[in-house]
Amino acid sequence: MARQFLSGNEAFAYGVRLARPQVISAYPITPQTIVVEKLSEFVEDGSLKSEFIHVESEHSALSCAMGASSVGARAFTATSSQGLLYMAECLPYAAGGRLPIVMMNANRSTALPWNIYGDQRDSLSQLDSGWIQAYAENAQEALDLALMSFYIAEHKQVSTPFMANLDGFVLTHTYEVVDVPTAEQADEFLPPFETENKMSLTKPKNLGFSAGPDTNTFFKYKEHTGLLNVKKAVTEAESRFESIFGRHYSGLTENYRTDDADYILITLGSISGLVREIVDKLREQGEKAGLLRIRYMRPFPNEEIAKAVKNAKAVGVLEKDISFGNEGTVYTNVNSALQKAGISIPTSDYIGGLGGRNISPGEIENIFEELKQEKSAVKFLGIEVR
Amino acid sequence: MALTAKTLDETEYFYGHKACAGCGGSLAVRIALKVLGENAIAVLPAGCMSAVGFNFPQLCFGNNAIISTFAGTASMLTGVQAGLKAQGITDFHAVGFAGDGGTADIGLQALSGAIDRNDDILYICYDNEAYMNTGIQKSSLTPFGAKTTTTPAGKNIHGNLRQKKNMFEIAAAHDIPYAATASVGYLNDFIRKVEKAKSIKGTKYIHILAPCPTGWGVKTDETVGIAKEVVDCGLWYLAEYENGSFTLNHEPKEFSDVSEYLRKQSRFRHLTDEDIEIIKQSRDKKWEFIHKNFKKEK
Amino acid sequence: MKPYLREKIPSGFDEIPDTTSYEAGYLVTKNAGWRNVRPVIDTEKCVGCLNCYLYCPDGVISRKDGKVQIDYDFCKGCGICKRICRVGAIRMEAEK
Repeated sequence: MARQFLSGNEAFAYGVRLARPQVISAYPITPQTIVVEKLSEFVEDGSLKSEFIHVESEHSALSCAMGASSVGARAFTATSSQGLLYMAECLPYAAGGRLPIVMMNANRSTALPWNIYGDQRDSLSQLDSGWIQAYAENAQEALDLALMSFYIAEHKQVSTPFMANLDGFVLTHTYEVVDVPTAEQADEFLPPFETENKMSLTKPKNLGFSAGPDTNTFFKYKEHTGLLNVKKAVTEAESRFESIFGRHYSGLTENYRTDDADYILITLGSISGLVREIVDKLREQGEKAGLLRIRYMRPFPNEEIAKAVKNAKAVGVLEKDISFGNEGTVYTNVNSALQKAGISIPTSDYIGGLGGRNISPGEIENIFEELKQEKSAVKFLGIEVR
Repeated sequence: MALTAKTLDETEYFYGHKACAGCGGSLAVRIALKVLGENAIAVLPAGCMSAVGFNFPQLCFGNNAIISTFAGTASMLTGVQAGLKAQGITDFHAVGFAGDGGTADIGLQALSGAIDRNDDILYICYDNEAYMNTGIQKSSLTPFGAKTTTTPAGKNIHGNLRQKKNMFEIAAAHDIPYAATASVGYLNDFIRKVEKAKSIKGTKYIHILAPCPTGWGVKTDETVGIAKEVVDCGLWYLAEYENGSFTLNHEPKEFSDVSEYLRKQSRFRHLTDEDIEIIKQSRDKKWEFIHKNFKKEK
Repeated sequence: MKPYLREKIPSGFDEIPDTTSYEAGYLVTKNAGWRNVRPVIDTEKCVGCLNCYLYCPDGVISRKDGKVQIDYDFCKGCGICKRICRVGAIRMEAEK
């Protein structure tokens, strides 16, 4: 293991190299570019043996990855924002085809208005596409997630594509010291990709077929089951990961000082670091604050969230997205989890960070202060008139 | 020696499909697969051939085959060949079968990308001159004057007002290793071209005119005859592009009657003598270009 | 491999595959019902040129003893074979 000073994008690229994808197809888009540039360098210097395909669009990037996966090759692509939306047709296609492609998405605002900075409207708009969705908090987790994502996606009972999300710029472009595992360690962790769901010369198959009303529900239920099995695969991957690399991860969510917390803020991605600091500060002041970080939005951690917040007095959700005409998508999902578990406490939605707007420590402290009022509300950070 | 009916692979790889009786597209797919053999890996986008061949559990390809997204024939082919290559597998033929809309409209960008990268794939466009699977709507390969459900023929407008896009020369303009035109009316020519494409590394494009009796308004037994006639009357031509130059494979001694070709199809039945004159003129202009720029086959 | 008719029609939850991939060339229905007319070969006249075999969109004509035979399970009766036959060895007969 070597310690290196890497940005989130670079760390992810190092993780991908360790996973040895056989085909990489990519199209550049800010702020994802560094991942594919780095991987091109790895292919050039011979440290990664991979077919690197310079596709002419994001639609082709994922379509090409699907072609590679459909013949049993491990495939990787990366995108962001408009690119993710441009390939949107291919997302449910890959999921329905149960092709375990891994894609990194650099979370970025979606036009209009144009904006290259980070928010999570791009990936959250694709929650229903059938992909596993994970959100990394820092560069180390990005690298580790890159490696683990292939294990989880390719797990026999999962066989589902994996979207690993990194907050644009805040995570993709921020440098941190990262432990980079050796190739030998990575090989011990990640077995070669094997599947029966492929076209092979010895066992010809017809793939991607139509299924009428009589069997369609069956296929969709099986797809759904594949996603639900992710929970088990994550546990398996993380325990295997810990035994080899010594780093621990906590499954679909991460609970921070939630055990006895009265007020819990739920969030995802890189903002969690700042929330954790505020929780510590409030705890020092005697306030019972806690953080619940969602690591996986799909499958959604219904039970984990319910368990973590069941004794709290109120819950807030801080998210960088808005489902226009309703509320933040994470909030909707969290409320559904609580309702199903019979937990009836006030919940509030804080929509912040849109188009890269800074979320300040003061704003987070204020959220915890407002949670004490124990009233449900949907609010936008930075807008007074609500 | 060139393959013939007698030497062609006797195995049928595309069988039991639900294409309309007399379908030209299915004939093109069937014959190409017989030339390519059991190691063909076929990619078909949304369109007639995927709609008629992949209705689980009725799966009509004996070889490996997959449906791609409508726009993604070429890009999925790229992935298929790259994925196999990365696993050290080389004895296969990645072949795409897309219709005119899937090729010249929605799939053109991905096709251009694949040719630009010179990916080792064979792309076959079966051109039935409209979006037949969705019910005969105009594509950019619908010829001038044709009546479709989105270019109705009435008093004011006589069907499609645009000329057919020149996909063969668009492919060639990429300096592709091999491109060709063909017709299901001249299958021996098509077989020879697929055979040649099979032996060439890099991207190959074959554009085969494949009449659709349903969309063209001819009887089911007229598919092959009309596909021959379109070549004989000069509205389509058999040619190749290779090593930077064009070759004309077949020069009709004398063009057969254009109006006879047009009037036997209900999609052209409304055309006036003036309309037919426009079609003749554009044919003559095309042949002027061909005579000037294409070599004649020795 | 030539696609062929199978006995089992996978339709139940446990019978269908977990993914959208299945054995190539798996047929469960015939196309015979589409026909109004059927081609009939006059083996006396047939010279075995194979033109009908070559031009059949459904590939239902195959070689047999220097002549040809038709798989009526999958022939749709389009009549291309009759039109393409140079020696008039194929006639179309109404289906009863």
